[in-house]
Amino acid sequence: MVTPQIQTSQLNLWFGKNHVLHDVSIPIHAHQVTAMIGPSGCGKSTLLRCFNRMNDLIPDTRIEGQVTLGGMDIYAPKTDVTSIRARVGMVFQKPNPFPKSIFNNVAFGLQIKGGLTKPKIQERVEESLKAAWLWDEVKDRLKSSAMALSGGQQQRLCIARALANRPDVLLLDEPTSALDPQSTAKIEELCLELKKSVTILIVTHNVAQAGRISDHTAFMYLGELVEFDRTDKMFTVPADKRTEAYLTGVFG
Amino acid sequence: MNSFKERLFKAAAYTASLFTIAVLLSIIAGLFGEGLPLFKSFSPGKFLFTNDWYPTHAEPSFGALTLIIGSLAVTLGALVIAIPLGLGSAIFISELAGSRMKEAAKPVIELLAGIPSVVYGLFGMAFLAPLIRQWFKLDTGLNIFTTSIILGVMIVPIICSMSEDALSSVPKSIREASLALGATRVESIFRAVIPAAKSGIIGSILLGFGRAVGETMVVLMLAGGAAKMPTSIFSSARPLTSTIAAEMGETVMGDLHYQSLFALAILLFLLTFVTNLVTELVFLRRGNQ
Repeated sequence: MVTPQIQTSQLNLWFGKNHVLHDVSIPIHAHQVTAMIGPSGCGKSTLLRCFNRMNDLIPDTRIEGQVTLGGMDIYAPKTDVTSIRARVGMVFQKPNPFPKSIFNNVAFGLQIKGGLTKPKIQERVEESLKAAWLWDEVKDRLKSSAMALSGGQQQRLCIARALANRPDVLLLDEPTSALDPQSTAKIEELCLELKKSVTILIVTHNVAQAGRISDHTAFMYLGELVEFDRTDKMFTVPADKRTEAYLTGVFG
Repeated sequence: MNSFKERLFKAAAYTASLFTIAVLLSIIAGLFGEGLPLFKSFSPGKFLFTNDWYPTHAEPSFGALTLIIGSLAVTLGALVIAIPLGLGSAIFISELAGSRMKEAAKPVIELLAGIPSVVYGLFGMAFLAPLIRQWFKLDTGLNIFTTSIILGVMIVPIICSMSEDALSSVPKSIREASLALGATRVESIFRAVIPAAKSGIIGSILLGFGRAVGETMVVLMLAGGAAKMPTSIFSSARPLTSTIAAEMGETVMGDLHYQSLFALAILLFLLTFVTNLVTELVFLRRGNQ
């Protein structure tokens, strides 16, 4: 049995008085795609944001329990949040490139961290754009504004931007919900390629998408982790009635 | 009936806007009509690039360079004061203050914009100028330095309020993107949020510049008023605006001195017009993004 890369145990989270996550214990395995599905408001995005501590930004958030990344407790008082966020990249629902050049978008994380020479940064930008399958489309216009790219390109730029930090984990929060089917397909394929080098967690509203690309799936409902299993298993013989109902479209 | 009322209202609004434009155009026409004749007897090159402003001499000279430099000196001085203060408070209000603090701070700063400039001038004369005179052991506290401080404080609300709007309108997703890449809050502000709000911030500074260049009462009261080329920040200065205000009463309608003041007004008009035009372009560019 391999030790999971990320492990939450008895994770509880409150926004003010609102108890959003209940006793969530979930192992995330390295170099796999783990999908998190469930109806709106079930807490799947909130759970995702626990892994890079983005929930810290919301006032009145209280967290109990443990989240470990490679064995290290990321909520330990001495943890440097910025280093966690550099190790755990995130891509958001709506493409959110900076109103800067394509190059400067990808170089952003590296420039912040400092310590890399210019040629090294250039190298890393190229590497990241290639890894996100965007290089060929933008290599002649790295200096032009990222805002001029199409939605799908912008989202792959955001993936490249996250990859530039060479993260261990990539969090994708409904990354294709604002994209057309073609761009969606491209990003799904990209996930399958990327999992060779990073661990991928994807929150999705699209059950079929989870089925297509994930190795494990977590089904969440009302802040609880109802079921977590291998995707092929969960999609054929769900253990829980609620999972079955959701997967077959009875609710959601 | 309804459509008649609507048409009537439309016609009234149309007339009002036409009237406004007509008034503006006639002011501009008057300005140029009274000012340009000066250049029949005094060359525009000498007007712009020589120092001697002796409008009432037997052989009058209308070299406005001293006045132009005077205007630019107090205005740039004001910006040196106002940019850090205005931008700093905008960053604080938009990015760092809690919601309660935010609700309180912005109206208070905007309230500063409502204080009549003569009150600023009075304050500067009565309290600041004597202090400056003592601190720097000067003969008089009425100089470019004092003027810049008061003028700077006067345009802080403009820069702060507009920059704050620009910063606040940067979408949350930009901040999240930056933080999620491992930036600290401060790094996010300086590397992601401020660059994203750049055009609005530049616009606010240009607007502040335009306001300061055109301000009359404060410079009339505080700048000292000597039409001599300033040599340091503690020199006295005579900006364009205060020259017009101070000398208009002495002129005879239609004489050279009278024309020369209108020529100064043309200069001021062009300066502010160009500033506003650039500001507008900066904003238009932002609108297109």
